[in-house]
Amino acid sequence: MRIPRLAWPLLALAALMSFNLFFTDGFFHIEIRDGRLFGSLIDVLDRAAPVMLVAIGMTLVIATAGVDLSVGAVMAVSGAVAACVIARPEYSVLSGVPGGGSAAIAILLALGVAGCIGAANGVLVSAAGVQPIVATLIFMVAGRGIAQLLTDGQVVEFRSAAMATLGNGFFLGLPVGVSVVAGALLAVGALTRGTALGLFVAAIGANARASRHAGVPAGVIKVVVYTVCGLLAGIAGVLVSADINAADANSTGLYVELDAILAVVLGGTALTGGRFSLIGSMIGAVLIQSVTTTILSRGVAVEYTLIVKAGIIVVVCLLQSPRFRRGAGGLVRRRSP
Amino acid sequence: MMERLLRVHGPIIATVAVAVVLYVLAGVLYDGFFSLRVFAGFFGDNAFLGIAAIGMTFVIISGGIDLSVGAVVGCSSILIATLVEVGEWHPLTALLVALVFGVSLGVTMGALIHAFDLPPFIVTLGGMFFARGLGFVIHQEPIALRHPFFSDLYELPARVAEPLGVLLPAPAVILLVMLAVGLYLGRWTRIGRAVYAVGGDEDSARLMGVPVGRTKIAVYGFSGLCSALAGGVYTLYTFSGNASAGTMLELDAIAAAVIGGTLLSGGVGSVLGTMLGVLIFGIIQTAIVFDGSLSSWWTRIVIGGLLLAFILIQRLLQTSLAGRGR
Repeated sequence: MRIPRLAWPLLALAALMSFNLFFTDGFFHIEIRDGRLFGSLIDVLDRAAPVMLVAIGMTLVIATAGVDLSVGAVMAVSGAVAACVIARPEYSVLSGVPGGGSAAIAILLALGVAGCIGAANGVLVSAAGVQPIVATLIFMVAGRGIAQLLTDGQVVEFRSAAMATLGNGFFLGLPVGVSVVAGALLAVGALTRGTALGLFVAAIGANARASRHAGVPAGVIKVVVYTVCGLLAGIAGVLVSADINAADANSTGLYVELDAILAVVLGGTALTGGRFSLIGSMIGAVLIQSVTTTILSRGVAVEYTLIVKAGIIVVVCLLQSPRFRRGAGGLVRRRSP
Repeated sequence: MMERLLRVHGPIIATVAVAVVLYVLAGVLYDGFFSLRVFAGFFGDNAFLGIAAIGMTFVIISGGIDLSVGAVVGCSSILIATLVEVGEWHPLTALLVALVFGVSLGVTMGALIHAFDLPPFIVTLGGMFFARGLGFVIHQEPIALRHPFFSDLYELPARVAEPLGVLLPAPAVILLVMLAVGLYLGRWTRIGRAVYAVGGDEDSARLMGVPVGRTKIAVYGFSGLCSALAGGVYTLYTFSGNASAGTMLELDAIAAAVIGGTLLSGGVGSVLGTMLGVLIFGIIQTAIVFDGSLSSWWTRIVIGGLLLAFILIQRLLQTSLAGRGR
């Protein structure tokens, strides 16, 4: 019997949710206030939004048999750029508005920088032929330094109505962050499933040489994929900064690359590339955040979150490992002749 | 012959050149940079990074990666401090417990990676979450160490070597000892050659009769040992235990190894090169302190730039030599 790829992450999520249904009071309680949805589940989605955004791009990168370690640093850079353009007079030359820039220009610049870093990663990987893990290591190391340099190592606070809406506003009853994720997911989903792009991406990851002989423009597609990944990380950085009305180059996006890679792997996309599932990655990201929220809402100390996370990683990895399944299958067969 | 020499030693020659250029440049720019005390500081202040990087080098040469390094440093540091200050254990016994913990975690990760063919990246990510979480479970707040053993040990090498005029703090001595151990393991032992063989081509290594599984498990165990020892050295260096010590240290360790000519694809690299990478870290950090007007974030940016340069040099050497060989 072939088990559908989404079965394991969905099963894990369902197990966690049914635990909450019975043991955590009011976890599924959702109320509508002023046409807006409130509740733990909405909270999970809202908090998972940055990792979900990054995981969309990471899924594509991993599908090409690559990996992008720089996304956390890119988030820090993009948050720093946006905050500096809005709050620092010396950067207002860039925004064209004297004394405090407009949020729209700040976000555009932030995303521009993030996209450029992504494109640079892509060029290093495809044109220079550098291993993805090494190529993106460069900006993982340097990126946070650049962000610190932009902000002089301080937390840059800003006030902007548009950014406040982005961080804490609602759109169609849902937090804006969740809507942004939905929009990005729809756009990337349409691009990869509606056109041949998705097929090309998976082909490069499954067999780079065969896809090159088949005429797939691997170089161009890799640059595009890494650029999209950088852009999405940039959006996540702006969202995180908008949420706290400040940019903190030290903590913005710390360890996000690891959470995003974990979400992608939990969602059933193999690190070796090939077929990928955007929905699976989203389930993975929600699963990670649900664990954290469940632990918090049960009053268990935060430090246990990490240990539980470690356990989940081991269990899900084992379940997805062909060798483990063969071994476990053998045990089952031997017991029931 | 010449080309082979260049391909094998090209990256490390470039690393030596960069280290020398940086050192001379900083020495010319800043007064007093050329002193022996400053040079000893390069190693003393980065001893825990260096020790962790030695273990990381072997993991990378074997074709894997170990993300748990920084978390194990933090966990071992807080474990030692808690046992000594709260449990009133002797520091050496506490260190032994930490080392056993590091080795066990490493061996467990190695066994999972080998037995179930799991990606090292994800398994050691799990190890990282586990060790970091465990550290905070043991004790959340940093603990200051008052046990006299630590200050005695810290000053011991300096007091012994006083007449010789050499000033090496204990962390630097421990680093040099580990460097010697790493060099010996890598050059002159069966297991060391097995690590290179496994990293170069796992299937060929298996066909040649190299015990692939045992080698991989040993490599992660050794890395765990190095990280736990690095945690002990961190505790000795700062006179405190801290569960959040070594945050992102794995990144610096990987960067030091890559700058030192170790290829992340496995099979190529040396502990000596990694030590040069750590030396470059030390030179840049110290130069920034000497300058006074540069912010410390330049360290990361310069390291990022160096990474880029080295990676491109390595690619260039590989492709040009491969092209000429054909």
